[in-house]
Amino acid sequence: MNNLNVAKIQLNGKPYEINDGINLNELLNKLKIHKNKVAIEVNGEIVEKNKYINLILNKNDKVEIVKFIGGG
Amino acid sequence: MKDVFTIANKNFNSRLIVGTGKYKSFEETANAVKASGADIVTVAVRRVNILEKNQPLLMDYLDPKSITYLPNTAGCYSSEEALRTLRLAREMGGWRMVKLEVLGDKKTLYPNMIETIKSTEILVKEGFDVMVYCTDDPILTKKLEDVGACAIMPLGAPIGSGIGIQNKINIALIKEQSLVPVIVDAGVGTASDATIAMELGCDGVLLNTAIAEAKNPVLMAEAMKHAVIAGRKAFKAERMKKRQYASASSPQRNLI
Repeated sequence: MNNLNVAKIQLNGKPYEINDGINLNELLNKLKIHKNKVAIEVNGEIVEKNKYINLILNKNDKVEIVKFIGGG
Repeated sequence: MKDVFTIANKNFNSRLIVGTGKYKSFEETANAVKASGADIVTVAVRRVNILEKNQPLLMDYLDPKSITYLPNTAGCYSSEEALRTLRLAREMGGWRMVKLEVLGDKKTLYPNMIETIKSTEILVKEGFDVMVYCTDDPILTKKLEDVGACAIMPLGAPIGSGIGIQNKINIALIKEQSLVPVIVDAGVGTASDATIAMELGCDGVLLNTAIAEAKNPVLMAEAMKHAVIAGRKAFKAERMKKRQYASASSPQRNLI
């Protein structure tokens, strides 16, 4: 039973555990991130915001979440 | 008389574009941007820090609805990295107008013009309006224009150096031949440097460190705002001819 529903992904370059089968919206909720303030790439592909709900994360997925910061 | 600044068919009031990096806090960033009167700010794209939940974001202090965000590719050393960054920026909120900079060397932060031209061409094909940080070489800036750059942004001096425009002849040459706006990007250290850029006929100035590293950034932001306006007006007024010798200002006739 233990860890049966847990999947390890790479999130912003670091290992991160999620409940297996969650979608991108659920990941953002878990991280307390507002989707209008970030952009997301999964396995090197940019995901459009309206597709977050349909994108189910799988083991070993590489997820990058980026934001705007101060820059010149 | 209105002097509208147009880039890629969009009109702006201020000819000063400011960066948002190197500030002590988001409050200071917001205050400096406000004092500068800029309509456009450059921003960088970076990973969210997953461990720090609910951390403040730049967007909470500078509303992208009231000021134009110009996403940059600072820190990118290849075309691939720059393209990836700007595609992500566009996805973040529909930004089409971007600042491309592909660097070639960590010490000088000089642009890699081969990668820059290649990237501009691809981004233009993907529908981006590309403002391009570049060297002050008139042949290369012409090439950038040919591949569709919407603004040419030659460096006045290395990024963050604050030593002012080093090659006025080239900047003036580039302005003279360009059909798209020319904006001096990088090298400005103080107000007079920004004024010189505008007096040379440039359409705008982009700066960051000169404000952020001033002891009083908000006051320097205000100075830059006036410096750009002064330089622009001086350029439009068409300055007097230079003379080798004096020319008295008071009439010589009817002296007592």
